[in-house]
Amino acid sequence: MRKVLSLLLVTALLFGTMAGVRTAAAATIEIRWNNGAEPQTIDPALSTGIPEANTILQVFEGLTRLDKNNNPIPAVAKSWTISADKKTYIFTLRDSFWTNGTPVTAYDFEYAWKRALQPETAAEYAYQLYYVYGGEAFNKSINVDGKYYAQAVDAKGNPLTKKEGDKDVPVPNMSKQIDPSKNVGVKALNAKTLKVYLASPTPYFLSLCAFPTLMPVCKAVVSKNANWTSDDLKSYITNGPFKAVKWSHNEKMEFIKNPTYWDKANVKPDKLTYYMIDDESTALSQYQSGALDASDIVPLAELPGLVKSGDCKIMPYLGTYYYSFNVTKKPFNDVRVRKALTLAINRSAIVNNITRGGELPALAYVPYGIPDATSTTEFRTSGPVTFYKDNDIATAKALLAAAGYPNGKGFPSFTILYNNSSRHKSIAEAIQQMWKTNLGINCTLRNEEWGVYLDDLTNLNYQVARRGWIGDYVDANTFMDMWVTGGGNNDTGWSSKQYDMDIAKAKSTSDPKVRMQYMHDAEKILMTDYPIAPIYYYTHPILLKSKVKGLVLSTLGFVDWKNVTISG
Amino acid sequence: MLKYFIRRLLSMILVVLIVASATFFLMRFLPSGPFSREKALPAAVVKNLEARYHMDQPLWKQYLSYIGNLLHGDLGPSFKYKNRTVNSIIADGFPVSATLGAVAVALAVLIGIPLGIWGALRQNGWQDNFVMFLALLGVSVPNFIMAVLLMLVFALGLHLVPAAGWGSVKQVILPAFTLAGYPIAFIARLVRSSMLEVLRQEYITTARAKGLSERLVIFRHALRNILIPVVTVLGPLIAAVFTGSFVVEKIFAIPGLGRYYVTSINDRDYTTICGVTIFYSALLVFMNFLVDLTYAWLDPRIRYVERKVS
Repeated sequence: MRKVLSLLLVTALLFGTMAGVRTAAAATIEIRWNNGAEPQTIDPALSTGIPEANTILQVFEGLTRLDKNNNPIPAVAKSWTISADKKTYIFTLRDSFWTNGTPVTAYDFEYAWKRALQPETAAEYAYQLYYVYGGEAFNKSINVDGKYYAQAVDAKGNPLTKKEGDKDVPVPNMSKQIDPSKNVGVKALNAKTLKVYLASPTPYFLSLCAFPTLMPVCKAVVSKNANWTSDDLKSYITNGPFKAVKWSHNEKMEFIKNPTYWDKANVKPDKLTYYMIDDESTALSQYQSGALDASDIVPLAELPGLVKSGDCKIMPYLGTYYYSFNVTKKPFNDVRVRKALTLAINRSAIVNNITRGGELPALAYVPYGIPDATSTTEFRTSGPVTFYKDNDIATAKALLAAAGYPNGKGFPSFTILYNNSSRHKSIAEAIQQMWKTNLGINCTLRNEEWGVYLDDLTNLNYQVARRGWIGDYVDANTFMDMWVTGGGNNDTGWSSKQYDMDIAKAKSTSDPKVRMQYMHDAEKILMTDYPIAPIYYYTHPILLKSKVKGLVLSTLGFVDWKNVTISG
Repeated sequence: MLKYFIRRLLSMILVVLIVASATFFLMRFLPSGPFSREKALPAAVVKNLEARYHMDQPLWKQYLSYIGNLLHGDLGPSFKYKNRTVNSIIADGFPVSATLGAVAVALAVLIGIPLGIWGALRQNGWQDNFVMFLALLGVSVPNFIMAVLLMLVFALGLHLVPAAGWGSVKQVILPAFTLAGYPIAFIARLVRSSMLEVLRQEYITTARAKGLSERLVIFRHALRNILIPVVTVLGPLIAAVFTGSFVVEKIFAIPGLGRYYVTSINDRDYTTICGVTIFYSALLVFMNFLVDLTYAWLDPRIRYVERKVS
């Protein structure tokens, strides 16, 4: 036994020294990052979420990139002009190249954007291009024998469908053809000039240009090879700071510094290795054993200790955790009830005792980190910072009494819906207890599998539900326009004409000040009617070795390794 | 014999087709679908996605085309992983899971059988109690506890092996032992009880009466007979272990097939749900077929001949 043990020790020692020699000999910078999941795609048009964006944004570069303050800076576009009505953008492209050596042109952008909008591509994030004039119409069009037509509408303006088996099939309006070469507002004037015409002024359009869906693709390759993103990466022609060289599904992906990138002198890491570890505890084990330098997922139960030891960094994140009320059901059709429930939550207790990730109690809906009318002002502090007090039990009790339920008497029992997760469960239990002690009302908890939960939300088959919203871009609109009447994510049954009008007006004005005023007005309506009870503003905890310097992590959750170095 | 083969083959195909059909329709009854997102997609985008994956067609049409493709060995594109087919997911994941599974099954056989024999030969002695205690532990400790314990002790504590990952021999050790835990215990118990039964048989007494050494009695006469129940469980066991375990693959970050049995359902990735289920059921019926053939080899009394009906 002793022999075996000593043999093992010797082997371990040997391996240890060998590992040491290897790092000493290599002066290259290699970053090992846990991406948290296998990307569902590496095609920018098809990008679906953060693991995909974190992959795509290393190997592609759009017209702009986001700097460390989340502001758009020139990238493939070296400059641009914006028309007085803020609807026409003329981008001038710099000399830059694809990994196959051919130049990146304005034609590549035009092709890529139209490809993302084309119905057959079925891009989930196509709506990030709806800002481009005609983009939405093209994406919604119906292909009849290779030509695109708008959907026909009936006398009331509702889209027309016909039954085919058990399915509703949209009916095309054959007199309304949509020609993507003419009716979509993106056009390459020449190889170096891209003209973009927007449907309405969009102040955050330059930021959107750094979003995965708006990345260029190499027209010469992609138009000929439908399998250009295949596993061997041979046809994966890209233009970003890094080049993908190896992809082992569900295991890892390797990148090297892209030798054809226009700004390669400023790309610090020589190599990136992405791991696809989806188990938080395993990620931590790998990080602690030295196999990872950073991880996008962290075991939440261990947050306080990891923050204390300096291994976990709390990064800002553009998101709000909230409870939504089904306003179509009694007693939640009464605003006094909704407000009472909102006020009777002790948010500080939740962020200090349950989430413990440096989250801030949300006393409004739109989170911090979004600019107001100018890039130096902050949306949150430009209007009312808070709309109510945290844990305001006295007001909550009075409201509940006014609604006919003094001390909770006669209040019908109801259910809080959440999706399976220990965090959502703990928060729901805490809120259940708060409502019971503070207001004297009883509720039960119902946890559901993800798909069932989504289904119940969409069908308003709930009373109170846990929800969260993470911004798609850095602008208040990404939080606000979801609450318009019938909005696809407005799963509350709530509707306000004034709110709809404010959002519509904000979209059409070209004056940033006026626009932001409408946004603030709309938020005030939301926070007067309480279809939702904001709980806290999200944060984004990541594991990061202190030797890793210069990581840019956007508030949308996207990493940028371009400027990262390793010291010490 | 040939007739027997053909009959078995046809019944195997039938079983797989029934599994495929049942899975196809059952998963459609699950609430929400492959394009449900926390951020609900615009209706136009959902329409485009449905068109791309032919989900805009009537269900019976989708079913017929699915079965048609299945008969050609095409399991369709994954709904979640945009540029991958279910065939490629299985082709990538199965070899990994099978490698791990093979090591685990080998461990189960090489450790489980001797442990069981040892316990049986020392019935009610401390050795027997020890074996039974180990078996009880192995059967009752869930694999996610076993995985974490092994990782804590051997990876994070003693630094003998990597905590997780895939690609080197060292990375196989912990997950293989985790996977083998239950089968070792199960086989040890099975072998012990069969051994006890076999040892009371008359032919063993005969063998002993002939003056054979105990070693010969055990290995030549008893062992072959206790293998029959072991082989019976080994068939389904191999099918189950070779196709991977969700828990073990998740905890040890192994790029195998096991994860898809759970994640594809959560994602409502219809084609992947169907594909991996069909693959598993096909492997299972095939393994059971092999088991039946092995019986004949192990026990000369079992022969697959046409029964004469007079």
